[in-house]
Amino acid sequence: MMSHWIIAPVVLPAILAPLIVLVMRNDLTLQRIFGLAGTVALGAIAAALLIAASHNPPEAYLLGNWPAPFGIVLVLDRLSAMMLMLTAILALGVQLYVISTDWDARGRHFHALFLFQLMGLNGAFLTGDAFNLFVFFEVLLIASYGLMIHGAGKDRLRAGVQYIGFNLVASTLFLFALATVYAVTGTLNMADIAVKVAALPEGDAALIRAAAVLMLSVFAIKGALVPLQFWLPGTYANAPGPVAALFAIMTKVGAYAILRSSTLFFTPDSPAIGSMIGDLMLPAALVTLAIGAVGVLGATTLQRLAAFAGIASMGTIFTAFSAFTPAATSAALYYLIHSTLATAALFLIADLVTDRRGSARLDARPRIAQQGLIAGLFFVGAIALAGMPPLSGFIGKLLVLDAMRGDAPLIWTVVLLSSLLLILGFARAGSVLFWKSHATGEAPEPGHASEPLAFISVGALLAALVALTIFAGPVKDWLDLTATALHQPAGYIAANQLPWVN
Amino acid sequence: MTLALIAALPFLGALLPGLLIRAGRTACATVTGSVTALALALLALQAPAVLRGEVVQTRIEWLPSLGLNANFMLDGLGLLFAGLILGIGLLIILYARFYLSKSDPMGVFYTYLMLFQGAMVGIVLSDNILLLLIFWELTSLSSFLLIGYWKHLPEGRQGARMALAVTGSGGLAMIAGMLILGNIAGSYDLSVILTQKVVIQASGWYLPALILILLGAFTKSAQFPFHFWLPHAMAAPTPVSAYLHSATMVKAGIFLMARMWPVLAGTPEWFWIVTSAGLITMVIGAKIAFFKDDLKALLAFSTVSHLGLITMLLGLGTAKAATVAIFHIINHATFKAALFMSAGIVDHEAHTRDLRRLGGLRHLMPVTFTIAGIAALSMAGIPPFNGFLSKEMMLEEAAHTALGPDWLLPVLATIGALFSVAYSFRFLAHGFLGPVRDDYPHKPHDPGFGLWAAPALLATLVVIIGLAPMASAAWLVDAAASAVTGTAQEVHIKHWHGLYSPALWMSIAAVGGGFAMLAAFPRLRAMWDGTPRPEAKAIFDAIVEPLAAGARALTQALHNGSLTRAIAIATIAITATALWAFNSGTHSPGTREMLAITPVTAIAWGLLMFATLGVALIHRNRLLSLILIGIIGLIISLGFAWLSAPDLALTQITVEVVTVVFMLLALNFLPKETPRESSPVRRIRDAVIAIGAGAGIAGLAYAIMTRNFAFPSISAYHLEQSKPGAGGTNAVNTIIVDFRGYDTFGEIIVLGIAALLIYALAEALLKPGPANDALRAMAATRTGLAGDRHPLLMVMATRFILPVAMMIGVFIFLRGHNLPGGGFVAGLVFAIATVMQYMASGLGWTEARQRIDHHALIGAGVLTAAAAGVGSWLFGAPFLASSYTYVHLWPLEEFELATAAIFDLGVFLCVLGAVLLALNSLSRLARRAGETVSADPYSVDRPEGGN
Repeated sequence: MMSHWIIAPVVLPAILAPLIVLVMRNDLTLQRIFGLAGTVALGAIAAALLIAASHNPPEAYLLGNWPAPFGIVLVLDRLSAMMLMLTAILALGVQLYVISTDWDARGRHFHALFLFQLMGLNGAFLTGDAFNLFVFFEVLLIASYGLMIHGAGKDRLRAGVQYIGFNLVASTLFLFALATVYAVTGTLNMADIAVKVAALPEGDAALIRAAAVLMLSVFAIKGALVPLQFWLPGTYANAPGPVAALFAIMTKVGAYAILRSSTLFFTPDSPAIGSMIGDLMLPAALVTLAIGAVGVLGATTLQRLAAFAGIASMGTIFTAFSAFTPAATSAALYYLIHSTLATAALFLIADLVTDRRGSARLDARPRIAQQGLIAGLFFVGAIALAGMPPLSGFIGKLLVLDAMRGDAPLIWTVVLLSSLLLILGFARAGSVLFWKSHATGEAPEPGHASEPLAFISVGALLAALVALTIFAGPVKDWLDLTATALHQPAGYIAANQLPWVN
Repeated sequence: MTLALIAALPFLGALLPGLLIRAGRTACATVTGSVTALALALLALQAPAVLRGEVVQTRIEWLPSLGLNANFMLDGLGLLFAGLILGIGLLIILYARFYLSKSDPMGVFYTYLMLFQGAMVGIVLSDNILLLLIFWELTSLSSFLLIGYWKHLPEGRQGARMALAVTGSGGLAMIAGMLILGNIAGSYDLSVILTQKVVIQASGWYLPALILILLGAFTKSAQFPFHFWLPHAMAAPTPVSAYLHSATMVKAGIFLMARMWPVLAGTPEWFWIVTSAGLITMVIGAKIAFFKDDLKALLAFSTVSHLGLITMLLGLGTAKAATVAIFHIINHATFKAALFMSAGIVDHEAHTRDLRRLGGLRHLMPVTFTIAGIAALSMAGIPPFNGFLSKEMMLEEAAHTALGPDWLLPVLATIGALFSVAYSFRFLAHGFLGPVRDDYPHKPHDPGFGLWAAPALLATLVVIIGLAPMASAAWLVDAAASAVTGTAQEVHIKHWHGLYSPALWMSIAAVGGGFAMLAAFPRLRAMWDGTPRPEAKAIFDAIVEPLAAGARALTQALHNGSLTRAIAIATIAITATALWAFNSGTHSPGTREMLAITPVTAIAWGLLMFATLGVALIHRNRLLSLILIGIIGLIISLGFAWLSAPDLALTQITVEVVTVVFMLLALNFLPKETPRESSPVRRIRDAVIAIGAGAGIAGLAYAIMTRNFAFPSISAYHLEQSKPGAGGTNAVNTIIVDFRGYDTFGEIIVLGIAALLIYALAEALLKPGPANDALRAMAATRTGLAGDRHPLLMVMATRFILPVAMMIGVFIFLRGHNLPGGGFVAGLVFAIATVMQYMASGLGWTEARQRIDHHALIGAGVLTAAAAGVGSWLFGAPFLASSYTYVHLWPLEEFELATAAIFDLGVFLCVLGAVLLALNSLSRLARRAGETVSADPYSVDRPEGGN
């Protein structure tokens, strides 16, 4: 009996969101209740799927009951379950924050768009079909665009045009890539593509290599890999704070898709692809890390600082991906979980600060309401993102360094020097924001709504990092198994029950 | 578990003061002190075993796959350091209670202090170098908070950042070093690494590891050339300086060298690097200290100097020197903490620490003078205090070691000692001796017991160790030295080494020279002031500030928000990479036969090219380009029809109609011409990029279209199963609603969201604000409008067309499953029929007759499609599984009922709702922009004044 739960992370928001549009569009309280209930339910479903995926081999869900590769399949494996869980945790934190700070009252349809966004994310993580991945990329692109320009405003709309414009280029490219893959392999099912690419006639190698570059470029755009990262700082810095926090997972969709495609069908094992992807990814990843770190040091606003910290973390993840070893992949996944939560927390903190200072600029201003508490949160968030101990960022960095021993001199140098820039950048920012205000001698700003729920949600994200640190051992063991399964995709392929694979 | 608890207690205790400050300052301090005392007591309980030579261990698995575990060990070295950290920590807590003023947030202070204490205890108890790294970096972080505690002082903020930058970067280097070390030794556990001396020193990676680890140690312990941060960290409150810079933080580097001594020391590399760094630091630090006027700065550089001394001793690589180093660590901690606290008392009472403004305090502050006097004499190495003992032993060691020429090391050591005497005496002479002045910023007197209790205790220790070293300290030195060297050590400390001991004469020279220097101070000072010398802070700023400015400039220049540039870079990068990837693989050209070029196709192709080029060339004229885009759309529709894809043709043509209407509405709000924004050079550049990428895509398309699938494609299955499996003969439709219905489900949601977005954006624009004002202003500027906005003929015609169009829509919907058509096209046809009403009769008229809200249509559409999908669960089938049957209903012919039709209905509703909502939103903008509408039936509204 096939479990319908696999598709629940897509269907639930796909029903709840239109319901909100249909009957609750004029009542914010109802939207909040149902939106939050939806996110909580998604969390519960994700947890159940995570447990199932931990104990069972990958499982396919045949949509429309059509056998693979002719219909669309969803595949639940450890990686997709992990991404679902991560999304749900992040979403819950962000949504609580939004409700507490009334961000959802600044424009229309926030909760519907939010749920659609989750649907897009979940769909992208679950699908086992290359074209369907495109469809869900579209869902999350349009929903994220809606969230990004939520509340409007000149700068935000301008940045929104950049975001949608650049990503539409990516969408077009995705279609080119899909067309090429289909023209060569005659299939869209990822597992089937894997089978076909592995057995590809030699004369088709050039085309599939070009297709791989095109497709991975699309994912790299999502994942902000240099030189395709230019859209990110403006977008994230101008998006509403909590939306930018949710976007912490958006770059990870790119990372996920790169990992999935390059371990399943564009693998280094296939003669046509060979070491091409790793060779291309490593230098780009190292530059990404460096650019992100430089950006943190040179950021002019807190939001941009957070955005560049996010870019730097993507650089770290891609650096580890490029090794294509289970150890490095496992390290990258650990770092991925960490950086998603940490980046999100920092964006929320940035929003708390900006909301109280009335400006995002990193300059000296009078003290703000709840300064001590916010400064404390910033300190913890900065430690996390700079990869300082004792939080998971440090452990993640150690894991990556340890796993990348092979190329130690270059990679270690870049990673450690970037860490230094990050430390300097965060120290400068924190010192200007929270210390210099004591020197202005002006009275603190008048009171601000205390918004306890907002602080709880930020605290919860940071607490998740603490948990990730304390339970690093079991988490890493789990990720080791996940990474091993990724690099041995036979189980994933078997779940599809392709007619020509026994 | 005890060791883990000792390390954890300060961290747990860090939570308390922040809370308990609400119960009062004394309660806060008491609780903080109790936690430290508890940890100290636990440590004392372990002491007997350690002194017997055992190594106490606690092992907790944390991240075993990496080799990072919470393993702790306590040996003699750990006991010594942990004792110093907790013991002096306790005194600092007491001292700080009375030192901090009422306006200083004491709870925060103690919280930071405890965090720091925990990190330090963690370092010295770690049995795992990765764990040690964690604590190591934690000390950098917590000291950052402590040094910057007085947030309002710029020196505090800068000093904190400098300390973090220097020690933090050293820590990063150390990460690399430790990872290399662990790799060589095969374990990250110290207890294992310490047994691997031969392997480690034989490894080719020994030198990199050594240098990287020493970078960590030297930065932390402020060794030359990293000594500059320490004095700037003196902006911290004095209790912090006393703690960090006497007993703890700066000793962490020393601890590390001592800890690693068994495996790293003993090589020429170690000897040369460590000894010379130590020696240079000792001399330079002492020299600078002598000329500093600020009491704390003087003490800070003297600390630098003494740390250099200890480093040098460790660098010598002999067990005896290491033992002396250990002894000096103890002595330095006692007298230096006492001195810092005394300096703090002076500052607290006289409100200045400037030696030029002090003097004569001997009479005003006798207690403080006694304490400071004992400690300073010890620092100078005057008998019988403890500083004398270890200094003699140091000189003894120096006298027997050659660094380059034989005389060099002894001479330099003597010079260091000489300076040491000089600044110690200056501290006393210029601070406490001399006549009482009447121009102190604040009339000083001895503080209350609370403030001088801690330094007094330390001064007592200075005397006791000085008088009875064997009884009071030797056992601890033995235990620690044995742990450092790995062999049992027994130290013999004595005051008198005999007349033939070179140390005696070196010492006498040092004391004599020191006195002479002090006597000559004014002249030396003038010389010193006259010599230019590099100012550490200036150099540091000269590095860091441009770095930050450069980072800002680079970041701003790279990420300036230019979309065109971003896309240009992406296009170049992706095209080049794809081309490279293609060229580095084998390519066999396709073998498909080409179709013949007929005149019709040639004309269509020519039109397509013409229109496409036209758009690129005249894109600044928006209306004209829109028309050309319409031509492109039409040709593509024709192309689909010609290539036997009627479904696609039908969809394309309806989409084209709707798109053009949309664009026309949007053009309403845009200037007729786009301003010229790029220079000719830039346009040429862009043209080259675009043509290059376009050529690449064309080549790709050509390659794709001229070749056959490498493997049988899945489409054969779709064609074969369309009727028997999905119940429809139109494979395109069955793919859309059945085989790949899930894709369609996603796409209608995309469409629905897009419409919601347009609505939300329009709402935002309609709110009062600048954008709204701009819209309103547009109305006034409009000229050249047609007088008759709703021509009667068109109004009448569209109203007749409406039911006909809807019939066609229903027809297209129903036949969809078997013949070209379907819900998507039907939705568009319905939408077009409605749009015609908008265009002909105006928004108000149409809206007044519209009973179903567009939002509801979208919602209902998605829900219907979802229901069709979820419904199959009831039959135990997966989402979107379809079923069909044939029904015979008189008088109709037999017809098919398929669940896919329900899904298609959802598609239909969603498409209709989405298109209408989007159009409606744009129309509402038009209305806001000043258009008038009438909602009367059959009436025709006119623009104002356009009679």
